[in-house]
Amino acid sequence: MQAFDNSRGIGARKANFTPGLKLMSGNDAIAEGALYAGCRFYAGYPITPSSEVAETLAKRLPELGGYFLQMEDEIASMAAILGASLAGAKVMTATSGPGFSLKQENIGYGCIAEIPCVIVNVMRGGPSTGVPTKPSQGDVMQARWGTHGDHPIVVFTPDSIEELFWETVRAFNIAERYRTPVILLADEIIGHMRERLFLPKPATVNVQNRRRPRRDAGDYSAYQVPRSLVPVIPDYGEGYRFHVTGLAHDETGFPTNDPAVIEDQILRLHRKIDMGFNDIVKWEAYDLEDAEIVLVSYGSSARAARAAVTRLRASGKKVGLFRLKTMWPFPEQQIRKLAKQAKAIVVPEMNMGQIVLEVERLAGGACPVIAVNRVDTEMLSPKQIIKAVKEL
Amino acid sequence: MTFNYQQYLRNDNLPHIWCPGCSHGIVTKGILRAVDSLGWQKDDMCFVSGIGCASRLPGYIDANTLHTTHGRALAFATGVKMVKSNMHVVIVSGDGDSLAIGGNHFLHSCRRNIDMTLIIFNNNIYGMTGGQTSPTTPFGATTTTQPYGNIENSIDAVNLAMAAGATFVARTTAYHVTQMDKIFAQALAHKGFSVVDVMCDCWTAYGRRNSFKSQVDMLERYKDNTVRLEKWNKMSEEERAGKTPIGVFLDVQRPEYCEEQHKVIERAMSAPSEH
Repeated sequence: MQAFDNSRGIGARKANFTPGLKLMSGNDAIAEGALYAGCRFYAGYPITPSSEVAETLAKRLPELGGYFLQMEDEIASMAAILGASLAGAKVMTATSGPGFSLKQENIGYGCIAEIPCVIVNVMRGGPSTGVPTKPSQGDVMQARWGTHGDHPIVVFTPDSIEELFWETVRAFNIAERYRTPVILLADEIIGHMRERLFLPKPATVNVQNRRRPRRDAGDYSAYQVPRSLVPVIPDYGEGYRFHVTGLAHDETGFPTNDPAVIEDQILRLHRKIDMGFNDIVKWEAYDLEDAEIVLVSYGSSARAARAAVTRLRASGKKVGLFRLKTMWPFPEQQIRKLAKQAKAIVVPEMNMGQIVLEVERLAGGACPVIAVNRVDTEMLSPKQIIKAVKEL
Repeated sequence: MTFNYQQYLRNDNLPHIWCPGCSHGIVTKGILRAVDSLGWQKDDMCFVSGIGCASRLPGYIDANTLHTTHGRALAFATGVKMVKSNMHVVIVSGDGDSLAIGGNHFLHSCRRNIDMTLIIFNNNIYGMTGGQTSPTTPFGATTTTQPYGNIENSIDAVNLAMAAGATFVARTTAYHVTQMDKIFAQALAHKGFSVVDVMCDCWTAYGRRNSFKSQVDMLERYKDNTVRLEKWNKMSEEERAGKTPIGVFLDVQRPEYCEEQHKVIERAMSAPSEH
């Protein structure tokens, strides 16, 4: 049936969105955010607690002229979105811990081949199949270092349904602007809980579209590096006939073994993200102005941390929260500065202590850094954080 | 008139990396002749590969080309094909790439019946990594990881593809070039998922270790050890021993995945939204 006109591009249909106040789960907010950002291709494999992202998109994507594909496994899902992205679609996949592990090799492929894509990991307890239906924040370092080799990565850690929506939109925008995979690291608590969300009119959402090459195919090189350090790569089928590989490659996109060219490529991948630092790295400063004790937290743990700040303030303690909205790249200078101002930093997280190590490294002994951890699959409570602060 | 291969090649990237005596060049030329016979435009073609010797092929072809991770070519290709469903997508893959690490994608691509062609460069060995056992290494053959002789049974890609639901399945060899051209053209033109198992040789990593004096020896065994399918079907079990049938095993039509997906989109877009 050639009646479906593929040439007009996917997602050409007029927006099928109904703005207004909604009660929505986090996973649904991710799905809606993706659609608003222009996602028109999803490939995934069912896994708790992320499956609702797929289920919602299975219904919603075709309504917008987009494609939903349930692949045979997690690896295939990641591969399919990379292929679809090279063909010109805005793409996403969603998974949880074990599935995230399986996707890692192809996430690395997306990094070196500079393919925009969004990977959602609604974290669950681990290791291995762990605890499918309970929360955890155990994948912090997996998100950073799960692949092999040296490359930068962009990871967002929203903490509410409203923020899941907007950070999903932003994840797509950053992925397109910097031609890089972006990981949205959620957790079971915000994935499954429901909160109010005001869905905007589509026209009011800032959407970054992929930059297309202006040169003729004749004098075009797929990985030519402009001043922005982000190569402008056309879609397959636009007449450029370029090559994409996961091997180290030069500006032409073909493999190289030249040490200098390889080094240049790796350094440039890092530099393009470094250059975008202020655009990519966001945080929330909550009651930080006069804080003597600084909590550094993220995701659903930050919700407990915020509650702890409110209660501690009520009892006269000068406590504030530095919440990581972007986890990687890490806001190094900001943490260094806080460590010099604060009497102590407390890092609440639902793992055995992953981000605390980064904070400790940056504090460099300027102030004590205390970990507050919970790994029994229950949510970190404000009480636990308050207790830790009072024991300082 | 000699065939002008140059028009389809990225001549800057040649010479290729394949060993002297490798039959991958023969198969590559067959693919280009088939493409030419169908009049495909280079801008409309996408060649996708995984990892291995055959997987370097897309780098030499002047088309849209994608060299992916080991075993995952079919999954990458599926994404490309769905978004650009007017594009001709051809996957070139070794036996290890498509039947071992990529076995799951092989099964499900057959089942999904997406309109792409998989060409398996089946040389019974992991060539690029130096001669380890592959899923098509014959029982008893010597490899670097089965130095005492292979004790695993091998996979028949043709039977597997038919069982999994591919709609065009064929086998040919690097010796039977005329048949190969014809089969490639049929496979590429077929609407649905087509699989061609091409028996070809790695003398460097397999032949030397298994007492083949030369590459010519290896190619000539196909003359003696293969049988056209039409003849095969009339042979007794005893006559079939040690022989492999070649030809087109299956050529049927079933709903094609991209078309079905487009129907879903038409349905969803015309339905009143409950959202």
